[in-house]
Amino acid sequence: MSVTLDIRLKRANKVYHEGEAVTGVIVLVCKEPLQHHGISLSMEGLVNLQLSSKSVGVFEAFYNSVKPIQLISSNIEVAKAGKIPGGKTEIPFEFPLQTKGNKVLYETYHGVFVNIQYTLRCDMKRSLLAKDLSRNCEFIVHCQPQKAKVAPTPVNFTITPDTLQNIRERSALPKFLIRGHLDATNCVISQPLTGELVVENSDVPIKSIELQLVRVETCGCAEGYARDATEIQNIQIAEGDICHGLSIPIYMVFPRLFTCPTLETTNFKVEFEVNIVIVLHDDHLITENFPLKLCRV
Amino acid sequence: MAAVQWRSRGRNYEAELQRCHPEVALVEFGDYHPLKPIMVTDTKTRRGARKGSTSSSSSSSSSVPPDPLSSMLDGTDPLSMFAAASANVVFQDLGRKRREKEEEAVGPDFEPWSSKRGEILARFTTTEKLSIVTAVVSVGKAPSPGSSAVSEKVRTRLEELDDLEEGSQRELLNLSQQDYANRIEELNQSLKEAWASDQKVKALKIVIQCSKLLSDTSVIQFYPSKFVLITDILDTFGRLVYDRIWTMCSDPRPLPDSFTVEDVNDTAKETCLNWFFKIASIRELLPRLYVEAAILKCNRFLNKSGIQETLPRLTAMIRGIGDPLVAAYARAYLCRVGMEVAPHLKDSLNRNFFDLLGTFRQISGESVRNQLVLQRVEVPEYLTLYSPAISWILQCIAYRAPEPLLTEMMERCKKLGNNALLLNSVMRAFRPEFVAIRATDFIGMIKDCDEAGFPKHLLFGSLGRSLACADPPESERLTILNEAWKVVTKVRSPQDYINCAEIWVEFTCRHFTKREVNTVLADIIKHMTPDRAFEDAYPQLQSVIRKILTYFHDFSVLFSMERFLPFLDMFQKDSVRVEVCRSIMEVFIKHQVELTRDPVILNAMLHICKTMHDSVNALTLEDEKRSLALLIIGFIRMVSFGRDFEQQLSFCVEARATFCNLEPVLVQLIHTVNQLAMETRRVMGGNHSRKTAAFVRACAAYSFITIPSLSSIFSRLSLYLLSGQVALANQCLSQADAFLKAAVSILPEVPRSISVEGKLRSSESFLLDFINNFLATLLVVPDHPEHGVLYLVRGLLNMVQDYTWEDNSDAKVRVYISALPLLAAMSQETYLYSIPKVDSNETLYGGDPKFLSEINKLCETLIGQILDHLKALGRDEKVAAGSRLIRTSGLTRRQGAVAFSLFGVLLAHGDLRNNKLSQLAVNLWNLSHKHGYCETRISVRTLESIKHQAQQPNMTHLSDTVQRLTLQSRT
Repeated sequence: MSVTLDIRLKRANKVYHEGEAVTGVIVLVCKEPLQHHGISLSMEGLVNLQLSSKSVGVFEAFYNSVKPIQLISSNIEVAKAGKIPGGKTEIPFEFPLQTKGNKVLYETYHGVFVNIQYTLRCDMKRSLLAKDLSRNCEFIVHCQPQKAKVAPTPVNFTITPDTLQNIRERSALPKFLIRGHLDATNCVISQPLTGELVVENSDVPIKSIELQLVRVETCGCAEGYARDATEIQNIQIAEGDICHGLSIPIYMVFPRLFTCPTLETTNFKVEFEVNIVIVLHDDHLITENFPLKLCRV
Repeated sequence: MAAVQWRSRGRNYEAELQRCHPEVALVEFGDYHPLKPIMVTDTKTRRGARKGSTSSSSSSSSSVPPDPLSSMLDGTDPLSMFAAASANVVFQDLGRKRREKEEEAVGPDFEPWSSKRGEILARFTTTEKLSIVTAVVSVGKAPSPGSSAVSEKVRTRLEELDDLEEGSQRELLNLSQQDYANRIEELNQSLKEAWASDQKVKALKIVIQCSKLLSDTSVIQFYPSKFVLITDILDTFGRLVYDRIWTMCSDPRPLPDSFTVEDVNDTAKETCLNWFFKIASIRELLPRLYVEAAILKCNRFLNKSGIQETLPRLTAMIRGIGDPLVAAYARAYLCRVGMEVAPHLKDSLNRNFFDLLGTFRQISGESVRNQLVLQRVEVPEYLTLYSPAISWILQCIAYRAPEPLLTEMMERCKKLGNNALLLNSVMRAFRPEFVAIRATDFIGMIKDCDEAGFPKHLLFGSLGRSLACADPPESERLTILNEAWKVVTKVRSPQDYINCAEIWVEFTCRHFTKREVNTVLADIIKHMTPDRAFEDAYPQLQSVIRKILTYFHDFSVLFSMERFLPFLDMFQKDSVRVEVCRSIMEVFIKHQVELTRDPVILNAMLHICKTMHDSVNALTLEDEKRSLALLIIGFIRMVSFGRDFEQQLSFCVEARATFCNLEPVLVQLIHTVNQLAMETRRVMGGNHSRKTAAFVRACAAYSFITIPSLSSIFSRLSLYLLSGQVALANQCLSQADAFLKAAVSILPEVPRSISVEGKLRSSESFLLDFINNFLATLLVVPDHPEHGVLYLVRGLLNMVQDYTWEDNSDAKVRVYISALPLLAAMSQETYLYSIPKVDSNETLYGGDPKFLSEINKLCETLIGQILDHLKALGRDEKVAAGSRLIRTSGLTRRQGAVAFSLFGVLLAHGDLRNNKLSQLAVNLWNLSHKHGYCETRISVRTLESIKHQAQQPNMTHLSDTVQRLTLQSRT
């Protein structure tokens, strides 16, 4: 006897804001009437923090992971023990997305050491002979738009051998001059990162120019804190020896889920940076770093 | 049975003819008569009626009943009604597409990409080995329906994408061009399969992989073709995505074509958005660009201005591509998609072009140069790789563009130092009219171009192509030709030369006389002859001929070009040669209206026809032979020497010698000669002089010796007969005799079955037809003084008797039956017809009783034979019935039929006053009715007709006979 259990949210994009109600239906499809010992539905919002082995040693990382922070949790009984008729049954539900106390609902974020996730979980208890059924469904929370207006802060940059830090042999470097600007470093998360870049001249042909989006996650714990920067995505904006003096657009869409408005709490921080990476034909790698501040309007 | 005594009925043909003519009564105006013309008093054209169909309804004057044919068509005629209905259906079906088209404002005058495609594929080929880097597309896991968590899905998908980008790559080396194309086609197939089996990620992977191949410029000569192959896949992908989202929205009812964002439901929007996010995260520039361009159309689902915003962004993105060739093609693709999706957005097209101009210096840059050295490609060859892309971009821009824009473009090109590559594309893409008006300017610009980069003959080729479609100002034409040809003639490589010259031939033919064309031809011959260069240029040379034929229909002018025939001599490969001759012949037949005797035309044409004829060999297909023969016949029919009959005959003699392998031509020649003889007779008013008599005899001799060389027995027979008739008409008695004798003598050769249109069929009916025709002619053929009475008739009948007829056939007897009317006609005092100036047997024998009795004897023999046959049929029937065979009815039916036809003959031609004959007739009547196979209606009508005849004077005896004919009622 087959039975399928599914949770369907009303909104196709599954995006909800604080104060709204998460609505949807539980869909049960079975061929024959089905006996069960109760169906329950729970909503939970959690921040999972994990220490990287780099900052604290392998063993600590293994068992010293920080306790998850609960943001929201509620539970309702959808149906009492009983029988479900054969065919398709839809049971509607509704959860208010409201926090208790002064907790804040952070925006959904999937990172490496920090994960902010909201799930709905539906459980169906059944008799001893049959297995219990359960179903998870993630929904996405966007935090309330920021009230203050975002003033664009354009950044101009010039990269020459002289502006570089952190190099071994400055004399071995070929000559080049790259100019450009980012339209803003405090970006609206739903808008792409834009700007322009011009290779004014370069002795060695350019192999590739890339935009590297980096997340910087900081977890605080008893022993101090761990700060790790990892790559989210790398977008190539120029390939090969591009025409000198011609401006190349800088354009990157912030990926959903993997980015969120820049977040700073007592326990953890999530920040973003973008690197402009220029690879020369002799495999010299030139990187220019820009911290970003993401927000939602 | 005692021999039947035959007496032919005396006939008075004149009187009979008189009786047959009903009285002539004039039809009064207004009286009804079926053949009277209908007075169309009112004509209106109906909508939707097809061309050629009766499209006017006619209402006739009141006194005339409506024409039954046109009244049938009152209202809309049924055929056009169907057509209109189906057109409506088609219209609805195509509605979607058509409306899209209208919206896009791209008319049919826009040359679509599909037509460029094949050209590019054919032009850019390579023999070098190619390599392809592909990830081993893992058998994608179907997305498990269990994990509905967005993050999981996204994560796995992204992982898969990474997987594709980093690991599991495999390089296939040493692929030939065909292998490469096959491989790409495979990818195309697997894309469709993946899509169909709901593996969207795998589909995306394949597309990314493919577009990545476009950044690889090794084996650069092949790049344009590679672009074509891969963008096909991208197009497929774009269509798949669009259609999928489309169907997501069409749940209750299909989305209207002019849908807006509001009509799209959330799920569809979300899916669409997902695609864009996914594509935005593709790591490499080129795949990201191409794939986003491929699904550009999907922006319509998200917001109104999406396409408008995306196009400029993608255009700017192309600036990041370092390789100028790759960038140029990416621009071409973007323009192509842009034209398809939003042709009204001209700005980004222009932007693309200006960017292209901006990066032009890269082409001569260092990295390009290094690459060319590495791949051993010459600069001119490299530059031609650009032309499809640039031409396409310019075509998009130039499409319905205002004049000032084009002028501006031209100015910009000029600014770039008259870059030859650009100039070439401008000339190819802009409207021919535009180019033609400025032809002199262009020539100046071409001259100023740098010779090293782009070969000038290509530029002149492009200019020539424009000028072939549009006319430059009249005063400049000659200068243009001179200037162009000056350059063309200097081109060294024969292949390059002919490619260019071929184009300019059209311009020359269009505007100049044979003198100039002749010069051009001479120049081509001069260039193509050394080292037999023409061998590699047959297609171009053929096209030269084609173009000349389009403009020169006067063949005397054409052949008076000194160089035309020498030009033809360059086609030395048989198949091409014949092809060319054939095309000339076709034009000749189509456009030569008047008969000709022009020796120039005749000589040339004979030469051409001979070439075609000589190509026939044992392996030539039947169809091929037939069409060649038709063409040659067409020529022969156009030849006429007017009153100079002898020359015409000698032409036929020559033609016979030349075309001896094609039978239909020989047949035509015999007809021509026969016609010639008849024409001579007409001119002489039937009285031949000594000279003309000799001439018609010569004609007869011509036919007589030509006919035996034909292999088809029936053409031989009919031509013998025809020629015999012609000889007879021209008073060549011995010749006529010879023809007819020859016909009789080959009768035994007629096979029992012949092949008609590839199927074996019995020859019996053809043979019977011929014999009947032959018999009719024999009436007027006078007996030969040295042979016996009715020599030919006897000879024919003997042949008939000895001929091996099919078993179970009455054919022999039918011949006998049909010989009876002839004999009866021969025994009349005056014959039914005769040939002027030829004495038939009626005058030769003058009704000699001996002659008549000969005839009667012959008739009696024949009737005896027929009766024997009837008896034999009856006997066989009994035997068959005795042995209880069931299929006996066939025999009795045949017996009845034969008996009835003999009865008919007796009735019409026999003298039934003779008791025995009338008794025989009655017996035959009874025999034919004995088994009830006779059609009662025919019997009744026969009886009626006999009764009617019996009322005539001299025929009263028939009434007695009628009384004895009983009608068998079928019970």
